[in-house]
Amino acid sequence: MASVKFPRKEFEKHMKLNPEIEKKISMFGTNLESISENEIELEILPNRPDLLSLEGFMRSFKAFIGKHSEIKYRIKANEKNKFVKVENSVSSVRPYTVCAIVKKLSFDEDKIKGIIDLQEKLHSTLGRNRKKIAIGIYPLDKISFPIKFEARKPEEIRFKPLEYDREMSGREILQKHPTGKEFAHLLQGELYPVFVDSKENILSMPPIINSNETGRVTTSTKEVFVECSGSDLNSLKKTLNIIVTTLADMGGEINAVEVRYDKEKIITPNLSPDKIKVSLENINSLLGIELSEKELSKLLPKMGHEYSKGNVSVPAWRTDILHEVDIIEDVAIAYGYENIVPEIPQISTIGEESEMSIFKKTLTHLLVGLGFDEISSFHLVKPDEIALAGIPEKYRLELENSKTEYKFLRPNLMIAAMRTFAGNKDNEYPQRIFEMGTVFTPEESEKSGIKETENLVIACSPSNFTEIKQVLDYILKITGLEYTLKESNSPGFIDGRTASIIVGKKSIGYFGEMHPETLRNWNIKMPISALEISLDDLYSLIKNQPK
Amino acid sequence: MQDNSNEGDISDRLSPIERKIVPFLSLSFDEILSKSGLDEVSIIRGLRLLENKGLLKLVINKREAVELGTNGIYYKKNHLPERQLLSFLEKNGHCTLEEAQKSSKLSENEFKVSLGILKGKAFITLSNGKISLNATKEEIIKKSLEEQFIDSLPLYIDSLSPEQKFAFDNLKKRKDIIIVQTKSSIKINLTESGKNISGKVFKSDLIEELTPDMIKNWSKQKKFRKYDMSAQVPRLIGGRRHFMNEAIERGKKIWLEMGFKEMSGNKAVTSFWNFDALFTAQDHPVREMQDTFFIKGVNGKLPDDKELVSSVKSSHETGVHGSKGWQYEWKKSEAERVVLRTHTTCLSAQTLASLRKMKDKRGKFFAIGKCFRNETVDWSHGFEFNQAEGIVIDPKANFRNLLGYLREFFKKMGFSEVKFVPSFFPYTEPSVEVYGYNNIKKKWMEIGGAGILRPEVTVPLLGEYIPVLAWGPGFDRAVLEQYKIADLREMYENDLKDIREKKIIL
Repeated sequence: MASVKFPRKEFEKHMKLNPEIEKKISMFGTNLESISENEIELEILPNRPDLLSLEGFMRSFKAFIGKHSEIKYRIKANEKNKFVKVENSVSSVRPYTVCAIVKKLSFDEDKIKGIIDLQEKLHSTLGRNRKKIAIGIYPLDKISFPIKFEARKPEEIRFKPLEYDREMSGREILQKHPTGKEFAHLLQGELYPVFVDSKENILSMPPIINSNETGRVTTSTKEVFVECSGSDLNSLKKTLNIIVTTLADMGGEINAVEVRYDKEKIITPNLSPDKIKVSLENINSLLGIELSEKELSKLLPKMGHEYSKGNVSVPAWRTDILHEVDIIEDVAIAYGYENIVPEIPQISTIGEESEMSIFKKTLTHLLVGLGFDEISSFHLVKPDEIALAGIPEKYRLELENSKTEYKFLRPNLMIAAMRTFAGNKDNEYPQRIFEMGTVFTPEESEKSGIKETENLVIACSPSNFTEIKQVLDYILKITGLEYTLKESNSPGFIDGRTASIIVGKKSIGYFGEMHPETLRNWNIKMPISALEISLDDLYSLIKNQPK
Repeated sequence: MQDNSNEGDISDRLSPIERKIVPFLSLSFDEILSKSGLDEVSIIRGLRLLENKGLLKLVINKREAVELGTNGIYYKKNHLPERQLLSFLEKNGHCTLEEAQKSSKLSENEFKVSLGILKGKAFITLSNGKISLNATKEEIIKKSLEEQFIDSLPLYIDSLSPEQKFAFDNLKKRKDIIIVQTKSSIKINLTESGKNISGKVFKSDLIEELTPDMIKNWSKQKKFRKYDMSAQVPRLIGGRRHFMNEAIERGKKIWLEMGFKEMSGNKAVTSFWNFDALFTAQDHPVREMQDTFFIKGVNGKLPDDKELVSSVKSSHETGVHGSKGWQYEWKKSEAERVVLRTHTTCLSAQTLASLRKMKDKRGKFFAIGKCFRNETVDWSHGFEFNQAEGIVIDPKANFRNLLGYLREFFKKMGFSEVKFVPSFFPYTEPSVEVYGYNNIKKKWMEIGGAGILRPEVTVPLLGEYIPVLAWGPGFDRAVLEQYKIADLREMYENDLKDIREKKIIL
């Protein structure tokens, strides 16, 4: 999501703001964030990059509120000598470019700022931070055609990047120039792409930076050359369309440019609308309203489309129309969400909680009845915690990229219980706590490579072996299961005071009295006894009991 | 406080402690302490009880008192070092510094201080390492201000005379001779009814604690002591659910009442379920390390249903059901990467896929569960959050129905007034943002996103296009509001005091 700020003065040259217009702005799907004396701030959803400039917004919004002026853009044919040659060398680096020339411009500061803002917003949204799309705009009088788009070794690239008054090599730019450093990760191959004019001047090194000599638009610029380069031809064409129509709305005249690829020549930009078929029946059944053909033909132009007998012509700057449903949403917006009467269908279904949820809830009631407080902790644990818990490397599941100190998926709930005691030293004792939740272990046979188990931890402090055994006995008796205990040596517990809990032949968990060394490691001063069992195991054992 | 001016009534209400204090009520606190045989804490508790009965008023003044420190106690017994030096000099007349220090048995520090003080009073002069005594007999005999001060301790600071103040300031600079402590002085002001009962001795044949024996041998003549209804009792600590789970329980109830069936599933899933099945292009920024948790060293595998996988693939590459798709080359390896789910919508995707082979695919499902995003933790953000989500699968379902469900759902959530505004989500079309009117804050707030799942999502999962209504109300934010929690981190702090004392929400 992008938020854009338009100068209020410029906005109100198109229409005066009033409560009705403000409401319409929001119901158009562009949430009105704020209005101040000088600015109006809108939230533009990611599916409508064509609304990121004031010109683009006004073009569509005026149609929406019925201030419809017919939108037609003329493109002047390309001049023979003004072409761009795409060399084969870019095919593995940044394979596509589309270009245009716009003339008869008269920029003021607001317009230059508007076009730079648009360029930056397009870079960060549609352009995926320049990875997919980079845009360059150059004063036409500073460059000479034909232009080459080619890839070179970084040492063979030398020019003065924007804001620098000395020549740098391609590599130097990535290492030293602030913009170069920011986007260096996008150029990691052996070749870097460059636009070069017929005098062998480098115009830019996309997607990083333009030349200081040829890449700066000023208020005296009347004519510009625009290029978009990247990896996805279709998105590039749409981006170019958004830029040139914005420039045209500022008063410019669009001129085509021929782009010569090895095998084909294309003429860009192309503003002819996309065609898509819709059916009135589909529209009415998906929205639950009853539109007539005539009503539909009035609604679609409000969203900038042309409609004729099931055929929709979609403006060439719209990037978001993939399917009929996208047109149907536009119909709904034009119709007005506020005019659609909510209606809940009268079909009866039975609500149903999952079996595990019901089981957990039942146990929770028992434990709360015993006076235990429930805790709720992160599914992630810290490196020192997983080490303290004595979890061997091969059972640890580490995140690739955590921004916080929590870096592992929790292997048990005992860690959370210990963390809780360590953090509650100043609160009243006795402290009797429990938690139910997911724990994670590596398991090759799972689709995700990870086995997830629902566990239960119960822990008391100050406490001893007897107390925790009482709790265990209470729970297992109440579930009707017979169990045996097998003395074990669970890490962290006192030898001879800890056991595995066996039901049938299966170990479903362990319990015992915590070793003083463990307590000291956690910086805990009170004795603790605790148990941890698998609720998944417990549940299936209960379910499979002979009746 | 109760009005108990009637003496007989009062005698019925006095607790054993109070009864022990009443005979001495006209005395001062310290006298009560020495005569009643009770300790200080019991007396204060008894006086408080009497105060509650309107018999007296306690006036407690906090005052700073000067008392002897550890050295002070010693010096009071064995004289201040300067006095010890003076006595030595008086006996021995002139002597060298070394002799004086050795023979006076003072520590080096005490000796230095004493010299300084005596010099300051012009009692002695020093020359060529020798001390000569200049003080007169009277001067020597007279107790210094400091000595007098030490003898008269303890004293309150606010009542020191100028001389005492002078001595206090001097002694304060020296180590551990005096200390200042805050003392409460307790004054008892009797009320009229207090004066009436003061000094009286009350019989104590009233029943305190009822015992099984008394029940057995009950006789009508026996009387109970009447209790003070407003007396403090020790606080209970009962077992308590965590407030977040209490909130989840309430949330589930809404879905269940509306006839939805609970979905459950794993938290670590392949990108296939979390992204690809939901038509999120493989180059979408949400799939970058920046935003999503990826798990090291595990191999994800795609579902066994080959048809499903290839349908998701073509949905992205060329589009299905008349869609253009995203027009790029879909990579299996990208879909196999294991992530912590970023939304519960992956559960919806799995549920839809499980219906693929069924004839009647209609149904209503919900989930409330933990989701994850790669974020640092602050008051409003965390790397874990709860998401709620519901879907309705019905060939006849439409956008109007969606708005109907949303209105009903949010009414149950406590929003009687809602409005619907166009919005965008990658896997729904049309999409809508729900705003609810917050009566307390008097403004509209975003309360949930919703939409009809795109055919690019439902066709591969269900094998055909059936409208699926979907919505995900914000959950944690609403819980914060309900419990008036200002900092999201409180949710995971597990402060037991906080958990035990959280107000209940109905």
